[in-house]
Amino acid sequence: MIPAHFDYLAPTSVEEALAALGEHGDDAKIIAGGQSLLPVLRMRLNAPEVVIDLGGISSLRGIRDDGDAIVIGAMTTHHAVRDHDLVTEHALLLSKAAAEVADAQIRHRGTFGGALAHADPAGDLGAPALALDAQFVIAGPGGTRTVEAADFFVDLFETAIGDDEILTEVRVPKHTGWGAHYEKFVRVAHQWPIVAVAATVRGSIDEAKVGLTNMGSTPLRASATEQALAGASATEEGVRAAADLAAEGTNPPSDLNGASDYRQHLARVLTGRAVLKAAGS
Amino acid sequence: MTKIELTVDGAAVSDDVEPRMLLVQYLREKLGKTGTVIGCDTSNCGACTVHLDGTSVKSCNVLAVQANGRTVTTIEGLADTAEGDLHPVQEAFRECHGLQCGFCTPGMIMQAVDLLAENPTPTEEEVRLGMEGNLCRCTGYHNIVKSVLQASGQTEGAQA
Ligand SMILES: Cc1cc2nc3c(=O)[nH]c(=O)nc-3n(C[C@H](O)[C@H](O)[C@H](O)COP(=O)(O)OP(=O)(O)OC[C@H]3O[C@@H](n4cnc5c(N)ncnc54)[C@H](O)[C@@H]3O)c2cc1C
Ligand code: FES
Ligand code: FES
Repeated sequence: MIPAHFDYLAPTSVEEALAALGEHGDDAKIIAGGQSLLPVLRMRLNAPEVVIDLGGISSLRGIRDDGDAIVIGAMTTHHAVRDHDLVTEHALLLSKAAAEVADAQIRHRGTFGGALAHADPAGDLGAPALALDAQFVIAGPGGTRTVEAADFFVDLFETAIGDDEILTEVRVPKHTGWGAHYEKFVRVAHQWPIVAVAATVRGSIDEAKVGLTNMGSTPLRASATEQALAGASATEEGVRAAADLAAEGTNPPSDLNGASDYRQHLARVLTGRAVLKAAGS
Repeated sequence: MTKIELTVDGAAVSDDVEPRMLLVQYLREKLGKTGTVIGCDTSNCGACTVHLDGTSVKSCNVLAVQANGRTVTTIEGLADTAEGDLHPVQEAFRECHGLQCGFCTPGMIMQAVDLLAENPTPTEEEVRLGMEGNLCRCTGYHNIVKSVLQASGQTEGAQA
């Protein structure tokens, strides 16, 4: 199927894009890489009257060093995030997770900001962004504001981005030298995970940060696991007790891919694997 | 209607298109380049893979207007067909029986060319992973993987 009719706008600056959003309000939809939006439009699950393409706004693309953080433009593709030196050096977890998103063709088009704004609970980038305490820079008619990762993900497909706002960039605090691994459990090679675990560790193990994908309506932090890992040894025995806490406080969905208790089991097992691989053992 | 100007298989083209027109529709219906095929409705199968500014994309998941000002290469523009030549990857698919019904083949070849551009000597596992966005209902993938390894100049394939 093909999408219903829409008008197409191709602004060349964030200001222009915001003005277009302001003018068309609820009738408008932003398109970034289109890798989630176009399937939705083609299946006619949504039919906006106006589509505003961010593809012509070059300031939204690219990754830069900003002292204690790296800053990733919303329109930077998954492919570029995976391979960028600043990411592999200071936020290795994002590189590992970006490599696991969809397939090569979709990674060439899909964007970092688009995936996070889409906020699919099974999306692969939310949990790593949450684990790395990313900050989301959002531009709107009244100027720019910054939202912490913990406040950014609101619900299924819902973020702190308002209808008249655009996610412009994401600041990721540097985790230089931290080991990282994204352990994704899938049924079909290039699809969304049933459950995935994002782990990054300093030393082996001085400090650990662990994010969970598809264990609820938003990405989650495995806080109890993180606390138990501080000072643990990077061995199967050393991480087992901590990994067993990974599903604490979660209430994952049951669907055709797995029941809720099965997802909790997966979270515990995958956390153990992710942490050990992140620690290099 | 929105005016677009782009280069397709080496030729400059320009057209007025509806914004909702998909790139694959534009290629097939406006330009008659039916070498690029549509195999699904969900952007899963990869049959429609073309190169946009030199990297592989699923042309059913790109709007024609998003290709404005850019360069598209389809399976039809891969080899110098005027000379009757095949691209080395096409040649390898023929030699290794990398196809049965052939429906997935244009997309497989375009993705294989992209993969080899990024990683000229992949291992077998890297080929399987790099082709994960392309589905084949006939071959069981074995000869497709062989074809890509052969095109890379490693007849036996590097050890993983
Ligand atoms: C076959 C297939 C398999 C996939 N597999 C995976 C997978 O395994 N893991 C995974 O994580 N993802 C997967 N995806 C989704 C893919 O990662 C998309 O690239 C991503 O979810 C959306 O990014 P995009 O740039 O394409 O955004 P779009 O599709 O353009 O936009 C998505 C949504 O976000 C909004 N939006 C986009 N950018 C902004 C912005 N800057 N500010 C405000 N709102 C914005 C849009 O209005 C839209 O509602 C898959 C997609 C397909 C088709
Ligand atoms: S037709 Fe494009 S991926 Fe199937
Ligand atoms: S050869 Fe028939 S689908 Fe691949």
